Amino acid sequence: MNDDVLFSKEFSVVGKDFSNAGTVSTEIKAILKEIGFDRLIVRRAAIACYEAEMNVVMYAKHAVVRLSATPTSVKIEFQDEGPGIADVDLALQEGWSTATPEMREMGFGAGMGLPNIKRNADDFDINSEVGKGTHLIFTIHADGENG
Amino acid sequence: MGKYYHPIEIRTELCNGRMKCMRICPTRAIRVKQGKARIIGELCIDCGACINACPSGAIVALTDPFASSMNFKYKVAMPSPVLFSQFRPEADPRKVVQGLKKIGFDYVCDVSDACEEVSIAIEEYISGYKGRLPLISQLCPAVVRLIQVKYPDLTELVAPFEVPREIAARDMKQKLSKELGVALEDIGVIYITTCAAKMVSIKQPAEKEKSWIDGAVSIADVFGPLFAAVSDIKDEDVDQEALEGFRFSAGWSMLGEMTRLVGSEHSISVSGLSDVTQILDDIENSRLRDVEFVEPMSCMGGCIGGALVVENMYVARSSTHNLLRKYGSKFKANREEVVGKYREGHYSLEGELAPRPLRPLDPDLAKAIEKKKQKDTIYDSLPKIDCGCCGAPTCQAFAEDIVRGTAKLEDCIIREVDKDG
Repeated sequence: MNDDVLFSKEFSVVGKDFSNAGTVSTEIKAILKEIGFDRLIVRRAAIACYEAEMNVVMYAKHAVVRLSATPTSVKIEFQDEGPGIADVDLALQEGWSTATPEMREMGFGAGMGLPNIKRNADDFDINSEVGKGTHLIFTIHADGENG
Repeated sequence: MGKYYHPIEIRTELCNGRMKCMRICPTRAIRVKQGKARIIGELCIDCGACINACPSGAIVALTDPFASSMNFKYKVAMPSPVLFSQFRPEADPRKVVQGLKKIGFDYVCDVSDACEEVSIAIEEYISGYKGRLPLISQLCPAVVRLIQVKYPDLTELVAPFEVPREIAARDMKQKLSKELGVALEDIGVIYITTCAAKMVSIKQPAEKEKSWIDGAVSIADVFGPLFAAVSDIKDEDVDQEALEGFRFSAGWSMLGEMTRLVGSEHSISVSGLSDVTQILDDIENSRLRDVEFVEPMSCMGGCIGGALVVENMYVARSSTHNLLRKYGSKFKANREEVVGKYREGHYSLEGELAPRPLRPLDPDLAKAIEKKKQKDTIYDSLPKIDCGCCGAPTCQAFAEDIVRGTAKLEDCIIREVDKDG
């Protein structure tokens, strides 16, 4: 197995751009499917990625998304410029949300975002600075076999 | 022929390579080489979009010829409910049933009752369902194949029920065989279809060995003789008794009818493959987890917009509404009885629907990643105008063909011109 084989690509997500919300997740999902990752890995990556993308659209100004895929792992990084998260531990609790009534009306803000990302990832790391932004990295392990 | 049966054929002698089919194909399954179109069987989902797009009539649906349906001892016509909407001026649906008998069928089997029954069964299933949402309708064979091929992870969400035409055909055959004391093989159920995709689901069901239906003729093929027969029937000749309790209802022929009958408060009806694709992407991203049921139909407007009909979809819709007002009858199914049959598994899918994912770029994941990188590099060097001159529908598809070894970079004439210029 060759872990030096790496596919990487960068994307960008713009805050409050609801009309394009979800396109980066869909694109990343298409790449993973095309390479041929197991469909459960694609599913977990797509769900986690979509939640992270929606967090950016709802709260942040802008984010750079980095996909790094090797035969044994799919790593996705979200680095945003935004308000940051004051209490990360609290934000990781299910049901906790700062969504506005408008966001809830659109079907978001059930407090499922971050916990859902964590649940779908094998490795999960988050660093946030209030007033600056949030850096989120999550990885899903693959067994190197083609799905 | 490959592993999969496809009811769509390109008559090469008629094809003059105008690429309309290649551009419209939603799964990018068509290439035009040396001026002739050909279909990549693995990618084709039998939606039939190419049939209507071809200006030369070179792409045909391989439905059965009308005459071949007459080979059975007992011939049962099973019209898609769309058939009733095709007459201008509107014809009494009972005359249409009688007309089918005049042109040679011994019995007519209506699928609308089965549509109502399966709707109740699905509603019952949803109310006790705790799994991943939303459930997806099993009705449209082109969508089911799209899911198997391009959304394999959603295959498990397809509602595990037989389609109404299969249930109606099975019930009709068993009833007739008992009443007439004849073997099941002597009874032929012929579906009068709106699309080529249903032909595949009859010849090669996605999930089981054999369909209960024995053949399919297109509405377009049957319409000529049927129209003449129906026009000859006078009002006083309509024989309600001979119709064996037939009553008109539109079944699931129009988009939205299925979700209406299923009665779910959180449902989505969507038609046209590009919109269907968007909804399937949303489901994969788990954006629609608050939705219970999705009714995705390949043809615009539902089956009424199929490729093998004779009437414009909007006209046919209007006719259906008029017919429902004039002749339509209320829900007939007995709920308790249907729920009982549902519990006994009467409506359950006879086999299991499995994913049919596309061939990956390479069976080895590391090599597949390398090929994906090569493909992206090639794509970056292409003009990205999707002109189609290379014979592939898009520059993306062309780049993939090169990596898979079925096309050469020199086939891109734009790139060659730029190089020389």
